Amino acid sequence: MSKGRFGDFGGQFVPETLMAAVTALEEGRNSVCPTKEFREELSFYLKEYAGRETPLTFCRNVSADMGCRVYLKREDLLHSGAHKLNNTLGQALLAKHMGKKRLIAETGAGQHGVATAIAGAVLNLPVEVYMGETDCQRQSLNVFRMELMGATVIPVKGGTATLKDAVNEAMREWAASSEDSAYILGSVVGPHPYPEMVRDFQTVIGTEARRQILEHEGRLPDTVIACVGGGSNAIGMFHPFLKDDVKLVGVEAGGRGKAPGEHGASLESGRPGILHGALSYLLQDDDGQVIETYSVAAGLDYPSVGPEHSMLKDTGRVHYESVPDDEVLNAFRYLSRREGIVPALESAHAVAYLLREQDRFEKDDIVIINLSGRGDKDITREVVHEQI
Amino acid sequence: MNRFETVFERPAFIAFTVAGDPDLTTSLAVAQTIIHSGADILELGIPFSDPVGDGPVIQRADERALSAGATTDSAFALVREIRKTSEVPVVLLVYCNTVYSRGPARFYKDAKAAGVDGILIVDMPVEEGHLVMQYATESGIAPIFTVTPTTPPERVKKITDLAGGFLYLVSLSGVTGRRETLSEAAVPLIQRVRKETSLPLALGFGIATETHARQAVEAGADGVIVGSAIVEIVERHVGDLAGMERELSDYIARMKAAVVGSVPVDEDQNYV
Repeated sequence: MSKGRFGDFGGQFVPETLMAAVTALEEGRNSVCPTKEFREELSFYLKEYAGRETPLTFCRNVSADMGCRVYLKREDLLHSGAHKLNNTLGQALLAKHMGKKRLIAETGAGQHGVATAIAGAVLNLPVEVYMGETDCQRQSLNVFRMELMGATVIPVKGGTATLKDAVNEAMREWAASSEDSAYILGSVVGPHPYPEMVRDFQTVIGTEARRQILEHEGRLPDTVIACVGGGSNAIGMFHPFLKDDVKLVGVEAGGRGKAPGEHGASLESGRPGILHGALSYLLQDDDGQVIETYSVAAGLDYPSVGPEHSMLKDTGRVHYESVPDDEVLNAFRYLSRREGIVPALESAHAVAYLLREQDRFEKDDIVIINLSGRGDKDITREVVHEQI
Repeated sequence: MNRFETVFERPAFIAFTVAGDPDLTTSLAVAQTIIHSGADILELGIPFSDPVGDGPVIQRADERALSAGATTDSAFALVREIRKTSEVPVVLLVYCNTVYSRGPARFYKDAKAAGVDGILIVDMPVEEGHLVMQYATESGIAPIFTVTPTTPPERVKKITDLAGGFLYLVSLSGVTGRRETLSEAAVPLIQRVRKETSLPLALGFGIATETHARQAVEAGADGVIVGSAIVEIVERHVGDLAGMERELSDYIARMKAAVVGSVPVDEDQNYV
């Protein structure tokens, strides 16, 4: 059995051409990440540059509406406007310590690409971002942001020209250039060591939230909710609570309906399969071909999910559900109006779950929602949706 | 017992095509042309939606085949058709999810029944070999593995311990696709792997011309694998079967001649 398993899930299903690269990354991670020097440097960038720690905000209005005590973990206030930077700063710093000269990344909506461009700019490493041609068109502002920070955006034409194809292309480029290039993967997916490494960089979210809620309330929350695409913000939030008596809920993209191709709910509707180096729940047809996904939130538009989530689903430790686009848009408007906080459409999935399930919560129940990103990027599309 | 044994008595020419590219009927004609023109081993790729180990040419072929309705079943049907008229060894190139989705036991059983001789799973390194090795052994289908210029010596050992049929040496870092020259890494790769195994060594990735093929054989390769250059011919002639067969048979014959060391009589003819 190979390394990097979460129960049966995970592994290193990559062509032999990539084995040297994943092995070197694994060795680099094991030798560099635990050192005092690396941890202090990362902690400096997270605190002084990115603005950690992020607040855990008690929402008076939402709490009054819902009839329970609702907190938001404010990753939307992190520099760049989303949790992605926790991971890219970590991986880019590791790349620098490993002597890499260039960063490669994939991006779907552009958030991870932007976060990689930021990390590359501040750490003086050139960045190349692979982005599906379709995504380049629907997220042109993020293309401009990346280019503004000096990154090169390479449109990917193959396949469905979306996130999964951008990952394919980035992996190909990495296979050809791993000697001097680091592949900065944006979620807890891919071959070992990515699911573990990205989780470890994102665990800062849950570690802070756990301490903050104890300070605010003197006890742990009853429920923690996070959206799940690849699942990095969710695993980062959940991990420090796994051993606690806390209900954990992951919310997937229900899209336009339950039919194949209309959603991104791989845990709810997929079956185990292998994509991008890992065995995990996967949206696929009977023949094992990966099928297209759809979500109003481009960041959840991915046919698979981190292998650790697959394990947590099967063990029952985390409860996974999906919410459809219309509930998500409703939640997007609701949080904007009631708290003056515009959530990313991805994060609005977690809010939508709360709205739907509000009757389940008692007056003294404490609920934490991971507000993984801000919604400025979605306002144009949101307006368009309202007109339709 | 296995069809590979006699093939490598002299340098072998191994030709790749995607099963179902550009459609099921044409694909059978392509395979038969390749075989009739002298290929010693036929490699058939089962198309996959996300071929991370392949370059753009083979990815487009996968997309054409899938849009034309290619499936795992139709790939096995293609092998059965080929077996009606030919005993040429057939190797399947597949992505792991294709095998996993069908269930490895069933995949190997069906492959054996169709007449498959070897299976190479592109994204299954030896560490994950436990998934299929039992079925490869039971079915007698050779488990083909790749070795690359970046594979360190201790991994070469691990790979040769499991591998059967022949070893697929990847001549360069990166993905499949035509290159201008044979990779500089190819010669040292052949030399160092040769010391570790008695398995035949077939060199692939980036090989497109007769010069590449000759250089590979001179460097000690027992076989030469060509993929993207063949797929390009198919792509160029979609809708023109006669032209496709003409150019394919000409190209395969030339490459075969270059591999076995004889010079084809019409070498000066422009075939592109």
